[in-house]
Amino acid sequence: MSETVKFTIDGKECQGTKGQLLVDAAADNGVYIPVLCHMRDLIPAGSCRICTVKINGRNMAACTTPVEEGMAIENNSDELTDIRKAIVEMLFVEGNHFCPACEKSGNCDLQALGYKYQMMVPRFPYAFERRDMDATSPKIFLERNRCIFCKRCVRVIKDNEGRSIFAFKGRGTTLQINIDKTLAATMSDELAQKAMDICPVGCILKKEVGFIDPIGQRKYDKKVIGSDIENNHQ
Amino acid sequence: MAQKVTIEPVTRVEGHGKVTIHLDDNMNVAQTRLHIVEFRGFERFVQGRPYWEAPVLVQRLCGICPVSHHLAAAKALDVIVGAGTGHGLTATGEKMRRLMHYGQMFQSHALHFFHLASPDFLLGYDADPAIRNVIGVAINFPDLAVQGVMMRKFGQEIIEHTAGKKVHGTGAIPGGINKNLSIAERDSFLKGADPMNIDKMIDWADGALQFFKGYYMKNRDFVDNFAYFPSNHLSLVRKDGALDLYHGVLRAVDTEGNKILNDVDYQDYYNYIEEEVKSWSYMKFPYLKHLGKEKGWYRVGPLARLNTADFVPTPKAQKEFEIYKAHTNGKPNNYCLHTHWARLIELLHSAEVIKELLLDSDLQKDDLVVKGKKTHEGVGLIEAPRGTLFHHYKIDDNDQITMANLIVSTTNNNEPMNQSVNFVAKHMMNGQATITEPMKNAVEIAIRAYDPCLSCATHALGKMPLDIKLYNANGEEMDHYRS
Repeated sequence: MSETVKFTIDGKECQGTKGQLLVDAAADNGVYIPVLCHMRDLIPAGSCRICTVKINGRNMAACTTPVEEGMAIENNSDELTDIRKAIVEMLFVEGNHFCPACEKSGNCDLQALGYKYQMMVPRFPYAFERRDMDATSPKIFLERNRCIFCKRCVRVIKDNEGRSIFAFKGRGTTLQINIDKTLAATMSDELAQKAMDICPVGCILKKEVGFIDPIGQRKYDKKVIGSDIENNHQ
Repeated sequence: MAQKVTIEPVTRVEGHGKVTIHLDDNMNVAQTRLHIVEFRGFERFVQGRPYWEAPVLVQRLCGICPVSHHLAAAKALDVIVGAGTGHGLTATGEKMRRLMHYGQMFQSHALHFFHLASPDFLLGYDADPAIRNVIGVAINFPDLAVQGVMMRKFGQEIIEHTAGKKVHGTGAIPGGINKNLSIAERDSFLKGADPMNIDKMIDWADGALQFFKGYYMKNRDFVDNFAYFPSNHLSLVRKDGALDLYHGVLRAVDTEGNKILNDVDYQDYYNYIEEEVKSWSYMKFPYLKHLGKEKGWYRVGPLARLNTADFVPTPKAQKEFEIYKAHTNGKPNNYCLHTHWARLIELLHSAEVIKELLLDSDLQKDDLVVKGKKTHEGVGLIEAPRGTLFHHYKIDDNDQITMANLIVSTTNNNEPMNQSVNFVAKHMMNGQATITEPMKNAVEIAIRAYDPCLSCATHALGKMPLDIKLYNANGEEMDHYRS
């Protein structure tokens, strides 16, 4: 039987199981810690750092930190909000994000975090990086301008033999997401849809279904990101 | 001494343009030009984008009638996804789009008449510019100003409930629409609290039309003699010749009413229409190929539509159409300022069509999208508020757009607007010792009659005002009017 641990987030008393990732334990207790690269039950990547919290005075990624007995976690402070907002801004300026014509608009986690943190004008200069698109797969349109390198697709989308259909290529500033042409040709509609759904931005698009969700019925049209976690525990 | 007059920017139009008028040594008009000075770009930067993105991306070239671009692009993509043209969609798909479009037509025409054009009629074209504007109308004619605002709001709300947003929605998708109209939404328009219901809108549209006719009766000489010149006229018409703003065949008539383009399928528009580039404007000059550049130019928009259509398929507007046509004995109407009259007949027609559609239960059905055998090329035409709008796309095997050609309503009216400017400049300025502000405003009135959207015409990003400049025979700038 797993061991229960007690901890606090912004003074709120919470419970979790020993070894559980803080970001998941927080959600189970009705506390939203923002994520982009993290998905529950997936080996953490710790790459985006949007889940940064303060534990005993140190900034830690909540998606890679297991909860421990007596942990005192700071999640909601002006300092952390500004750090998270800065990360969102960096992601916006690093890629080429044009929300008005993006079919993921309204369903996009990055856009929703931009709204949550009231990002108006990024404090950083735009990089205007040239990134090529890859439309050669029959079911997937890879819009690299919007990739935030979360690696969700690499970790989740596999073929029947467990091989990753997506992979990173290059290093540093030349890093880019790629799709295996041979494996991509075998993707079912369901898997293509799943790839689009888990992408937190508008990088992976299932072909020919754009804008099928009417405005008003999209994920974040009427609720702030994370509000479902907070409301479920009120 | 010869001069050059520059009017820059031209005001109360959508977009940024300027007029230059060259006067010779005797102060007679030697040359006039309407320059469109915004940069063109959308046709290039949609290349490489996924085709289904085009209706949402391309509509960003306008904030006034984005629905027109949204629907014209969607219609072109209907062809690409194998849904055919016009009536190939499901009943709900086509009727929801029609509702969106007529809602837009209603709001755009109301905006133009009440906010942009009415200051000239209500306050006088020679009134002080400080009061000859929408604020002046609001102060002196508050009831009319309120009507204008509420009519626009009504049309915008129709758009919101069909496209998802008042401006830049996403409703039309290749092969159909992404939502239907709920009973509650429908009833909000049919039975909304006064004045926000369709019956009141029909009354107000009729009232605006009667107001213009009253103005016309009192100022007949001015209206009839202002920038009258013969031209060809082009628009879509329904296959039976009815006025149809969403879909039809392409028809053009000459100044006598003879058909010079006889109800052709617009998928082949490039066989009939060509565009000329001139070095002094970013806006091209389209013309009917078989008639050539000199004789093939044509007008589009409300005046042209009521010249090409045989009848209007709603009762109140048809009655007004008959009165309007009687004025020219059934022949094409070439009076520039009658465009306002035609626009208001269309305003009334749009309100009537909206009511018909709201009463149609097809809008509550769930069969929204249809697709068939995919092709690599499609053309979509629609009658935008300002006239016929052409969208043409080609895609490759990877679903990326490889070619886009847009011929925007205002582009079609480029030569007619230049003709109008020339006419008015000569009429008002020839031999005058000084060029006064009312003379310059008269030039703007001629342009304004076309309700041009200069940003659309050059597919520009950004804002839009207009200028007039006056030059002497040596090319030196003598006067610069910028409002």
